Amino acid sequence: MTNRNMIQALNSAMDVALGQDPNTLILGEDVGYFGGVFRCTAGLQKKYGLHRVFDTPIAEGGIVAVAIGMGVAGLRPVVEIQFADYVYPAVDQIVSELARIRYRSGGEYFVPMTIRMPCGGGIRGGQTHSQSPEGIFTHVCGLKTVIPSNPYDAKGMLLSAIEDDDPVIFLEPKRLYNGPFDGDPDKPALSWTEHADGEVPDGHYTVPLGKARVVRPGQALTLITYGTLVHVALAACEASGIDAEVIDLRSLVPLDTDTIMASVQRTGRAVVAHEATRTSGFGAELVAQIQEDCFWHLEAPVERVTGWDTPYPHAFEWDYFPGQKRMIAAMRRTLEA
Amino acid sequence: METIPEQTRLHIPQPESRPGEQPDFSRIEVPHAGEAGRPDPLIDARQMPDLSRALIRVLNRENKAVGPWANGISADTLREGLKLMLTTRVYDDRLFRVQRQGKLSFYVKSTGEEAVSVAAAMALRSGDMLFPSYRQQGLFIARGHNLVDMMCHCLSNTRDAARGRQMPVMYTWKAGNIFTISGNLGTQLPQAVGWAMGAAYKNQDHIAAGWVGDGTTAEGDFHHALTFASVYQAPVILNVVNNQWAISSYQGVAGGEHATFAERGKGYGIPALRVDGNDFLAVHAATRWAAARARKLGGPTLIEHVTYRVEAHSTSDDPSGYRPMEEAQAWPLGDPIERLKAHLIEIGEWSEEQHRQMHRTIAEKMQAAYKEAETFGTLNDGPQLPRGTMFEDVFKQPLPHHIRQRAQLEEEHND
Ligand SMILES: Cc1ncc(C[n+]2csc(CCOP(=O)(O)OP(=O)(O)O)c2C)c(N)n1
Ligand SMILES: [Mg+2]
Repeated sequence: MTNRNMIQALNSAMDVALGQDPNTLILGEDVGYFGGVFRCTAGLQKKYGLHRVFDTPIAEGGIVAVAIGMGVAGLRPVVEIQFADYVYPAVDQIVSELARIRYRSGGEYFVPMTIRMPCGGGIRGGQTHSQSPEGIFTHVCGLKTVIPSNPYDAKGMLLSAIEDDDPVIFLEPKRLYNGPFDGDPDKPALSWTEHADGEVPDGHYTVPLGKARVVRPGQALTLITYGTLVHVALAACEASGIDAEVIDLRSLVPLDTDTIMASVQRTGRAVVAHEATRTSGFGAELVAQIQEDCFWHLEAPVERVTGWDTPYPHAFEWDYFPGQKRMIAAMRRTLEA
Repeated sequence: METIPEQTRLHIPQPESRPGEQPDFSRIEVPHAGEAGRPDPLIDARQMPDLSRALIRVLNRENKAVGPWANGISADTLREGLKLMLTTRVYDDRLFRVQRQGKLSFYVKSTGEEAVSVAAAMALRSGDMLFPSYRQQGLFIARGHNLVDMMCHCLSNTRDAARGRQMPVMYTWKAGNIFTISGNLGTQLPQAVGWAMGAAYKNQDHIAAGWVGDGTTAEGDFHHALTFASVYQAPVILNVVNNQWAISSYQGVAGGEHATFAERGKGYGIPALRVDGNDFLAVHAATRWAAARARKLGGPTLIEHVTYRVEAHSTSDDPSGYRPMEEAQAWPLGDPIERLKAHLIEIGEWSEEQHRQMHRTIAEKMQAAYKEAETFGTLNDGPQLPRGTMFEDVFKQPLPHHIRQRAQLEEEHND
């Protein structure tokens, strides 16, 4: 057990994966000698060799396409897209190809690829270093889409993703790389050292994809979220005194509907929260499923807390970000309805 | 489980040197200035002599302008170029320091690459449309953009033309015919082709020019630009700024190991010029050639500017982690400002004293401009745009849900 931030935890997962399977390799922009712009692959090229961890041309479509070919050749590629905001040139290869290769070949071919990408705001990255595109991927059949909220889950889920024989979109909330974040940018940054989920086993372990986690049991309502907002949600409960049950989904596809529905059926009230824009965001899917399965248990309309329907504006980052205030207001509305 | 041998047959390109090693630019051949021939700009592409492996250079070791590409540019123009390049450098230094003081979230310098943008802007007409990447601030400066406005953008303040929505250096300046800069690499190049197609469609003689880095040539959009430019013979100049590095990956990772970036033009039938990007006169002459060709509907030109990124990729980067610290000093093509200055002195049109004086004047102007810019606010202090403006310009008119969300945001702040 070693205390690790999320970057180190991800690094450790890839270290384990490279060590245990010679067919696993890592490719992406700046991931090789330099170890990635966020340092997630630091030291891995040195340890495993040039051909196991290497830099690619700046061509996201090309990266995913060759990784598909490698996967078909029997390798297990782990791809880094430098920022989720730069995945779009690869969308055709992901949506039309990667996601459907098993299906269209009648199960003959499959591609065990993991695509890692930092997502989310909070680092003054403006509209091209802040996006949360999970809803684009969850809308595509044939992709698993997951997003950890702490170092322990990050390592365990990344190992699950790499070992999975299906393609996994692995989103990393970059604001959480160095520490948990409660949504208040004026507070001094926290680190993972004090946090229980910063304790990360050194060797191999997995956190299954498709299993949500109740991070705070509660009675008043169910607050369903993932990624950075998990920490905002906990702080919002603390600040408001609202006894919400906070669920960290961890995995969006597959979705742990059992955990969600059991909680909502008990509390009768639900709020769903994500950083991504509102319209057609993953929250819409959550609300739809909740009303399908829990309609007769609901005491109030299900609330959504999200980013606004605008690009992520540089100067107004904190007005855009769904912080504690927006979350508490939604919880109150649910309770007062 | 099958095992993979230590040595595989997979080729992984490696730069000549890494931190702690001797810088090595022996792969860069530096021919004598004046050696490359200059065909007529309207030459049939099939007759085009191969200048895609050459290096067009005008300034020789004695700081004289020589050869067919030295086409009688006036001393006044050269002095203006020198001033604009120095202004660009001083601007970069100033904003870099301001970033380090925490007043900007981010900054990108163009140190060592000033000729690539300044000379090109000076060789084009003001009606020609420019599609830069984030490292061509020299285009804005050379076209006479107000320094205060440029700084106000970087400060995301109340006078920011991008209204606080973009990271610093992503300028927009419609009045100056320069397109809003994208953070997504390469997207602007095929757009430049489209603009040029539009100009041809409207029977105008304006042309377009776009710029991408060496690393960005790997993106599909670079190849889309070449395809469409070739198919429609668009009046466009496609510039590749080969500054040897793309963050931490050297130009070999973009395919520079096996062919020059200019050679990419060949397969598309696009004439290509490979130019010493640190030679103001060479960049100017090559751009003039390509502009003359495009304006007379001779078709597109691809220009590779061979230069060097002297500083870090951006303020978020530390190059000591991936390249030798001394690499910039070993760069064989020198510094564009020093070279033009030496040329002007050589031809008796400039002096060290005049240069010092000019530097002082620029520094004072920069200081005053920055002071003025700050009065419009910085990212965290002073006057701010109303937060509700973030809902504007998503569409021409906000949609009902934008109006609702705007009200909700205001409510959040009234609590
Ligand atoms: C589509 C896309 N992918 C990745 C990035 C991240 N990125 C920003 S700059 C850069 C390197 C670009 O290098 P180059 O094209 O050589 O231009 P230079 O920075 O050297 O001027 C990368 C990878 C991006 N901005 N957009
Ligand atoms: Mg470059």
